[in-house]
Amino acid sequence: MIHLPSHSLPLPLKCSFWAAALLLIVFFLFPLLVVFGVSLASRGLYGGVEWVGTLENYRRLADPLLGMIFLRSILFASMTTLVCALVGFPLAYAVARVSQRWQLVFLTLVMIPFWTNFLVRTYAWILILRADGVFNSLLIQLGVQSEPLSLLFTDFAVGIGLVYGYLPFMVLPLIVAIERIPPQLEEAAYDLYASMGGMFRHVILPLSKPGFIAGGVLVFIPSLGAFITPYLLGGGQKMLIGTLIQQEFLISRDWPFGSALSFGLMGIVLMLGFVVSRTFLGRSAR
Amino acid sequence: MIRVPRSVGISGLLVLMFLYLPVMVLIVLSFNASTMGVEWKGFSFQWYEKLLADRSIIDATVNSLMIASISTVLSLLFGLGAAIGLETWRGRHTSWMNILILLPLVIPEILMGVALLMVFVLFQVPLGFGSIIIGHMVFNVPLTVVILRARLRKLDPTWEDAARDLGATSWEVLTHITLPMLRPAIWGAALLSFTVSLDDFVVTFFVAGPGSTTLPLKVFSMIKTGMTPEVNALSAIMVVVSMVFVGLSWIFQQRAPVSPTTPSSSE
Repeated sequence: MIHLPSHSLPLPLKCSFWAAALLLIVFFLFPLLVVFGVSLASRGLYGGVEWVGTLENYRRLADPLLGMIFLRSILFASMTTLVCALVGFPLAYAVARVSQRWQLVFLTLVMIPFWTNFLVRTYAWILILRADGVFNSLLIQLGVQSEPLSLLFTDFAVGIGLVYGYLPFMVLPLIVAIERIPPQLEEAAYDLYASMGGMFRHVILPLSKPGFIAGGVLVFIPSLGAFITPYLLGGGQKMLIGTLIQQEFLISRDWPFGSALSFGLMGIVLMLGFVVSRTFLGRSAR
Repeated sequence: MIRVPRSVGISGLLVLMFLYLPVMVLIVLSFNASTMGVEWKGFSFQWYEKLLADRSIIDATVNSLMIASISTVLSLLFGLGAAIGLETWRGRHTSWMNILILLPLVIPEILMGVALLMVFVLFQVPLGFGSIIIGHMVFNVPLTVVILRARLRKLDPTWEDAARDLGATSWEVLTHITLPMLRPAIWGAALLSFTVSLDDFVVTFFVAGPGSTTLPLKVFSMIKTGMTPEVNALSAIMVVVSMVFVGLSWIFQQRAPVSPTTPSSSE
């Protein structure tokens, strides 16, 4: 850590600090306030915003149909998080525990999809899942199936797209968490006659909790607001919050209602953040 | 060294294959001569040739590179002060700034997109390069700050103390000690910002205007309107470019200096 006395920060740095603060206040905090403001306004005749106060947009949120969309989105995000945790753990453990030389190779291999365009990675699944796609061709060629399965534009396609898209967000924090666990603890468990399963259950999994929590948050939040994946792989037929918000803003042009939806989404995210930080802080205080 | 149990190692490898399967499919199909479907009709470069002949794709690439470069440089300039300031003034009225920096990283992107869109439209800011660059900076500045701070915390403070004891001004300490020691992190942050900006779809989608189509927007419209194998070729190129970037980021991280003099002597 650097401990310069505060007055010794050169002027250009001070300017840059305040410029960053100003940027985030004007183009991040203020826009969020505008979303809140607009959510309390009425829709203009031609899609604009009319500044007449109303709670109508929030009343519309209580519609059971919308409740279903929110529930579906939460369900999709939870399933994605769960599957990412299950699938990501063995990979993370292997990367964290291989020899130094191989670790660099594996880490790079995990990083590459992470740095690859999300849109492109989602598009690849269209090629695999569509009726005349790679997977169906393979099944027909092998004689397992005579007719192609309809996989694209299903919940399954959306689920696999979300898991594939956000898996690196789970794996990277898990690697960091597992690396921090001293290998001696594992040796000790085995010395005390723990089975492999017992060792994982009682040593590695509890100690990887920070990784699971960080990874879980990093996967849950973007999959809750996802709209490319349901749009491209779900065909936009069954709505999720993300696709609905996009539709309200760009197609129906109902900004006030779209803003209320966005605020609902933010509410869920903030609640999650609150719960996670509380349980997290509660644990470290002990 | 602990041995990875075979069952765990094998499932790990399977997951790794799952990560690469779609990418491989994409690259293989981009060389497929077939116009329709995925059936292999022979090796061909025709989709790459068509791609390079497509003016709108070249334009979108130029737009993307321009936007990514400008937003990266600006994010570095803004992020440097924010990172050093936060470390220097630690705990002194800066907790609000900490939250302000972290929030854009955890809020769903679609929210940032619609919020910025409304502000730009309500205040009649024209949508185009400016609005996209601002939109990208909103997530690139926090990203830069997080990376720079992680490095700042690892630096040995005695170098700066020594410089100050020897009469260096705060500006000299910054340019001769802090910045050289930060250099790998600066390159790493720049590379990550550049990639994230180049790849961003959601925020760009909402705040782009006519004539400022970026590469991801172009890919999106190509996927939406009838898929031609040109998309495969374009996607394959984007995958390879991202591989190069990962490689570069490793090289920068390998050269983390232990003292302010190492980086300059290695160049």
